[in-house]
Amino acid sequence: MIIRFLKGWAIAVLAVGAFFGSAAASAETVLRIGMTASDIPLTAGQPDNGFEGYRFTGYTIYDALINWDLSSADKASDIRPGLATEWSVSENDPTVWTIELRQGVKFHDGSDFDADAVIWNLDKIFDENSPQYAPDQAAQVRGRITSLESYRKVDDDTVEITTKEPDSFFPYQLTYVLYSSPAHWEALGGDWNAFSGKPSGTGPFKAVNLVPRERLELVPNPDYWDQDRIPKTDRIVLMPIPEASARTSALLSGQVDWIEAPAPDAIPRMEAQGFSIVTNPYPHIWSWHLSRVPDSPWNDIRVRKAANLAVDREGMKVLLRDLMEPAKGHVLPSSPWFGQPSFDLHYDPDEAKRLMEEAGYSKDNPLKVTIKISPSGSGQMQPLPMNEFMQETLKEVGFDVAFEVMEWESLLSHWRAGAGDQINKGIDGLNVSYATVDPFSAFVRFMQSSQIPPNGLNWGHFSDPKLDELMTRARATFDETKRNEILAEVHTYAVDEALFVWVAHDVNPRAMSPNVQGFVQAQNWFQDLTPIRME
Amino acid sequence: MTAYVIRRFLYAIPIALGVAVIIFSLVHIAPGDPLSALVPADAPSSVVERLRRDYGMDRPVPAQFVLWLGRTLSGDLGVSIATGRPVAGELTRAVANTLLLAVCASLIGFPLGILLGGVAGYFNGRAIDRIATATAITGVSVPHYWLGMLLVIVFSVELNLLPAMGMGPGGSSAWSWDWTHLRHLVLPAVTLSVIPMGIVTRTVRATVAEIMNEDFVEALRAKGMRESQVVRHVAKNAAPTALAVIGLQLGYLLGGSILVEVVFAWPGTGFMLNTAIIRRDLPLLQGTILVLSMFFVLVNLLVDILQTMLDPRMQRA
Repeated sequence: MIIRFLKGWAIAVLAVGAFFGSAAASAETVLRIGMTASDIPLTAGQPDNGFEGYRFTGYTIYDALINWDLSSADKASDIRPGLATEWSVSENDPTVWTIELRQGVKFHDGSDFDADAVIWNLDKIFDENSPQYAPDQAAQVRGRITSLESYRKVDDDTVEITTKEPDSFFPYQLTYVLYSSPAHWEALGGDWNAFSGKPSGTGPFKAVNLVPRERLELVPNPDYWDQDRIPKTDRIVLMPIPEASARTSALLSGQVDWIEAPAPDAIPRMEAQGFSIVTNPYPHIWSWHLSRVPDSPWNDIRVRKAANLAVDREGMKVLLRDLMEPAKGHVLPSSPWFGQPSFDLHYDPDEAKRLMEEAGYSKDNPLKVTIKISPSGSGQMQPLPMNEFMQETLKEVGFDVAFEVMEWESLLSHWRAGAGDQINKGIDGLNVSYATVDPFSAFVRFMQSSQIPPNGLNWGHFSDPKLDELMTRARATFDETKRNEILAEVHTYAVDEALFVWVAHDVNPRAMSPNVQGFVQAQNWFQDLTPIRME
Repeated sequence: MTAYVIRRFLYAIPIALGVAVIIFSLVHIAPGDPLSALVPADAPSSVVERLRRDYGMDRPVPAQFVLWLGRTLSGDLGVSIATGRPVAGELTRAVANTLLLAVCASLIGFPLGILLGGVAGYFNGRAIDRIATATAITGVSVPHYWLGMLLVIVFSVELNLLPAMGMGPGGSSAWSWDWTHLRHLVLPAVTLSVIPMGIVTRTVRATVAEIMNEDFVEALRAKGMRESQVVRHVAKNAAPTALAVIGLQLGYLLGGSILVEVVFAWPGTGFMLNTAIIRRDLPLLQGTILVLSMFFVLVNLLVDILQTMLDPRMQRA
């Protein structure tokens, strides 16, 4: 009797649930995305939360003068015209760039995008005395556009930007500056906080209904200037779900249609249930940065090469359930900058042992090194098991690796400080991963001697006149083919010198339900959400 | 009685000040530069310094404390350095969400705990006692984030009966009292109720068992009083202790559970604290912990007053 009563009650409850559930549904197509961020990335223009921010609230709501071409899954993505239709460097003075703006573009609030809007937005991040100066946005982007010296309006459709020195990488830097509507900011009383709640850019999506820490809804901008990129989904709902297992459950229980970085253990189950796991290598490298201060054991190239040959990358790939690409260098072999290194990164413990013996070390007389690592962090993949794996595999050839584990943000500040700083005394290496999307962020900031902290992120105080010269030359070469050839030389040299211990490229896994169609996973940190259809 | 209440209120002032000092020190002792979590690794130092100045972080720590305390006393908790939104507004929304969860968890956990504990204490040593005690120990021992994940796997992933996360369509701003939204409350509330249920059960059981052994119970029975009336006397004697524990537990629940709220992506104070800790959002962190501590102080104060009303002996203490 009681059981019958309970059954009846349960059915009634379920029926009520189903009624309300169905009432909430409607004909519009909705894509719900679970992000790894713990909050909605900033929406006022320059997003925070690193490149996940750019992916979801940057290149959706906004455009840059130069955008990323994210249409191909097969080749490394490069840049393409955005709010600028053309850009060229002056032949007489290679520091002066003339940028032709796209005409007829309107912000979401209906105001015009023109040269004044460009200058206003550059003032927003560079001119501390301008009323619209936004310190938080400046902090997010200034480090990505380091070459800019000055800028001026030429006419309504043209601006001129001067760089500090000739810099052929400059167009890549322009991809990070996004353009917010000056008129809308004025209309909201000059309040960036209010602007965040009601953003206005020129991008393919308009942002509506921001509920902090919970959700942001994006709807198509039907007047987008690139008619090929008018979004095909009626509404995208972005939700921050920082916990991997919570994201996975949300997908499996049908609360979201797409999650970033699913829990690896749950992948077989997801696939069995018809969810697709989309992966593609992209410009990311997981490596150990090596200290090259005087007396560092890594100053011996035999030791550096031995470490690179001792890592069983294929074994690690099994450990990570295939969610990595074994590294062959700093960039992917498909990159135009890969070159032709003669040192092949592969697993060869015998050769590694031989090199270590030559350098005076063996399993019985190991070389002790201390590496700083973090238990988690953006792009760090699964740092603890991966580093423990490294420790085991290096032990076989004569390394005795000790770890100093610290929280990700602390690790970043120790990275910024450099190997020569007091806080890194006795530390031989540091495990950190990052994007290698453009030549500056891939090579210059880590390898050029001018970038030794506090100037840049050349953590190991690495300095080599040949590399310095190559990178300076690449920067001053405006012909793309020639520049790529020089960058390939840079990479070839770096690999042959075994400058880092390169281990893995992430493959950017995301899981989605079968009704998400049309998505092309570009070989990039950024992705285009406009072609996605919900079926 | 009034004098007692006033005295207890006055005690709360030094406690609040002490809490403020501790919060501020702890947050500043924690390693890591608050701005390093917010800006990219290669942000130029001049921009970072400007940001530091804007947030007053370039001043000495004691000066920062005085400024913060002054602003806090005037009701201004500052703005979140991660989002630029006022802390007070963030907090109000999060507290409301946590309150909803805490009240539901209390409605499940406390009555169940009192019932189980009462029965176990009354039937001390018998099979029913062992069952109740085992339930209580399980409740206290099981890590609740693990239980939360387990419930999600069973009820959301496998049976597809209840949602795994969030506050329903539209998020907390679109909350309404219908099943579409209430069903989101079930799993987190049950998960959250387990520990207080266990603790209340154990306390009530011990108290009731102790009182049952006292002479006056024997005397009441000898007087020929009906067993139900004896139980009422026992309950009345057990109430102050139970109330003290319930008060403490309510304080914990109102504080929001970081683990449970993160597991269920429930946008309450726990979830917010987690974000604030990860991002070193000091103003948000300080404001949230301060308000939560004040909740604790307030709940304890109310419990003390209630206890005094129930048991006048307390007033003399």
